[in-house]
Amino acid sequence: MTVADTRIEVAVEKRLGETRVAASFVAERGVTALFGPSGIGKTSILDMVAGLSRPDAGRIAVDGEIWFDAATGADLPPEARRVGYVFQDRRLFPHLDVRANLLFGRHRADAAAFDRVVALLGLERLLDRWPRRLSGGEAQRVAIGRALLSEPKLLLLDEPLSHLDRPRAAEILDLVARLRDELALPILYVTHEPAEIERLAARRIDL
Amino acid sequence: MALSPAEWTAVLLSLKVAAVATLATLPLAYAAAYALARGRFPGRWLLDVAVHLPLVLPPVVTGYLLLIAFGREGALGAALDAIGLSVMFRWTGAAIAAGVMALPLMVRAMRLSIEAVDRRLEEAARTLGHGPRATFLKVTLPLSLPGILAGAVLGFAKALGEFGATITFVSSIPGETQTLPLAIYGLLQTPGGEDAVVRLALVAVALSVGALLLSEWLTRRAARRLA
Repeated sequence: MTVADTRIEVAVEKRLGETRVAASFVAERGVTALFGPSGIGKTSILDMVAGLSRPDAGRIAVDGEIWFDAATGADLPPEARRVGYVFQDRRLFPHLDVRANLLFGRHRADAAAFDRVVALLGLERLLDRWPRRLSGGEAQRVAIGRALLSEPKLLLLDEPLSHLDRPRAAEILDLVARLRDELALPILYVTHEPAEIERLAARRIDL
Repeated sequence: MALSPAEWTAVLLSLKVAAVATLATLPLAYAAAYALARGRFPGRWLLDVAVHLPLVLPPVVTGYLLLIAFGREGALGAALDAIGLSVMFRWTGAAIAAGVMALPLMVRAMRLSIEAVDRRLEEAARTLGHGPRATFLKVTLPLSLPGILAGAVLGFAKALGEFGATITFVSSIPGETQTLPLAIYGLLQTPGGEDAVVRLALVAVALSVGALLLSEWLTRRAARRLA
């Protein structure tokens, strides 16, 4: 997990029905917040970075490696992009227990990294539980752990505090701050709450 | 109330024919269900119609079509003949008839469960480094397992009860193609066969109810696990 600093260049646009989603920014180590009201297409931008949605135009490059380029038609599939995507709706696999969810990534972290992430996220007691038996905060921690353990080059967090009560939200926010400090991963963080951006000392990209 | 050796033969033959029919049809049915649930290709409606045909055709017509296809003159029959195989008047032919008749029910159950798989979970698997094939094996297939099980049990029950296509295609030969329903029908035509009819009918009821309960139980269990 100790990769050299990563640099992500994103310049994309896409028409979704009546709205035109567009963003242009560079993200590096630390938290980069994509900020804006609901419905402006923040999630779509994460989807485009992850390769789940294809931009109409633009370019996405990570450390000089082209992930997408409308000009040349280059378009890496999601499985080749090495992003750790923590979805707003979590998307834990219901047929697998927490341990199997954490180990789902193809590029699996070694045992030491597994123990470190489990400890960092406080998942020790959850490993044998099923996703449906997790509270919102627990499920969110497992989703973050699953993303981290797939050895990503960057982390995508889509409104990670939504659906959580205040204490749980504060806990996850502290956790993101720790990830920012302890890992060399750039974090793209989608939110519509200025307070979260302040707390994370994030670079703010207005959409 | 004990079954006679001849009656046992019919019961065991039925179980063998239905089991082989179900297992052999399973992968075919899943492939068709997957294509219908997910595929966008020209001729999709044709596949849909072909799969459902045995459900709406008179079974005797299905049996007749099988007779044409697998007869010596038929394309499939000629191919099998070339490698020294024949399914005509054999239990394997009975299994083919049962499998064809079970296919639509199996496809319907499987298709519903494939359509119920949350595609967002497949997206998640892709971002975790798995290509389309691994994603299918690790996410789509296990999540559609309830439908596979339900379809298999339904198909088995249908295969067990198959009558019209079987008798048309492979006739009713005791010990070879005379399954439970065919044996019951034969006994009904025979004076003094009433007691045997009652016994075999009870066996048929028990097997069918058992299959339905099993299907229900499997579906519920899987649904609970995946809730």
